[in-house]
Amino acid sequence: MSRFLSPFIQSVRRDLLLAARHKTEIVTALFFFVIVVNLLPLGIGPDPDLLRKIAPGALWISALLATLLGLQRLFAPDHADGTLEQMALSPQSFTLLVAGKILAHWLVAGLPVVLIAPVLGLQFDLSGRSLLILTVSLLLGTPILSLIGAVGAALTLGVRGSGALLSLLILPLYIPALIFGAGAVEADLAGLGPDGHLSLLAALLVVSAFFAPWVATVALRVALE
Amino acid sequence: MLSVSHLTCQRGERVLFQDLSFELPESQWLQIAGANGAGKTSLLRILSGLSEPVDGRITWNGSPVREDREAFHADLLYLGHQGALKEELTPLENLTLSLGMEGFNVSEDAAMQALHQFGLHGREHLPVRFLSAGQRRRVLLCRLLLRPARLWILDEPFTALDVHAIGFLSRLIETHLREGGSAVLTSHQSMTLPPGLCVTL
Repeated sequence: MSRFLSPFIQSVRRDLLLAARHKTEIVTALFFFVIVVNLLPLGIGPDPDLLRKIAPGALWISALLATLLGLQRLFAPDHADGTLEQMALSPQSFTLLVAGKILAHWLVAGLPVVLIAPVLGLQFDLSGRSLLILTVSLLLGTPILSLIGAVGAALTLGVRGSGALLSLLILPLYIPALIFGAGAVEADLAGLGPDGHLSLLAALLVVSAFFAPWVATVALRVALE
Repeated sequence: MLSVSHLTCQRGERVLFQDLSFELPESQWLQIAGANGAGKTSLLRILSGLSEPVDGRITWNGSPVREDREAFHADLLYLGHQGALKEELTPLENLTLSLGMEGFNVSEDAAMQALHQFGLHGREHLPVRFLSAGQRRRVLLCRLLLRPARLWILDEPFTALDVHAIGFLSRLIETHLREGGSAVLTSHQSMTLPPGLCVTL
């Protein structure tokens, strides 16, 4: 088992080490998230009821945009310097190596967003319980964003103007995650309980974790031709 | 043994080569000659399995490469034009991490020794972006020492190397051939290797 997973772990380690050498990239995405979330209360005005209502959606949309920010660089540098070729020629499963890269992307881009979200939620006057549900929904949802995003990044690899294309391709696919993620808090506030939404979000996560690395690998092989 | 039959490669509208057949037995090396743009790199990429030929068949030890990709890639070491080196990592990290992803856990000592053999004393912990083109090439060539493989496919391996490194690499290829390995390479330089096969595109 550990032999099977070893290339996966190596791939995660390598991308984390690279991210550690490029700290600005991590910080940029995180600050983007913080600033967008902060702009909303300033623009909308200090009405606690309204803020409480838009909070889940605002945080979710900001998380979505922050993920999109670093997505273009998920495969592009490895494609440019030939690392992707070596990965495709590895006797280990290319899909596992790609899955490792996606996990590393989530650890770098998604996890900080999840961790800082409760703090930002405070300024929207969310209750403790709502903050908890929001954090859980982001914890389940941000990996979906990385997984689906990886498919888009692989499909647009090497295409000119891939940034805009990537957004057009990926944002519609984020809709289910957005609906169930942001909806969990609203459902709870309406007295329905968050379980249904969170279960659907978890199901989405399982499905995308199963298919996305594989689809991204197929797209990468085409891009390498 | 690598055998290729009736290979055709097309780039856009242009047919680069067609009906190309050859066999490369063990302990032999093959030079692919041809002018710039003749399709040497395209051929190497097809041989390694990175791109698909329009037509033709490649087998490794009797089994088609496409059907058993992982077994073929376990025997294959491909060094392309691009470095596959990360500028922000040190040579040591580059080697151990890239080989780790291929399932070869190389100890730091072994990687250090390979770097020393290629004359990179004192550069082991320097980020690759501070190295010259020739030094980067040497880091890349360290893979030949660290990763066991029976078939080497090398695209312009002598580029940017000085006389000393060219000599070392030639001896390395000779040893590889003596031990029953085989190699395919392209080069515009004259080489001091034992006589091998040649395909001109």
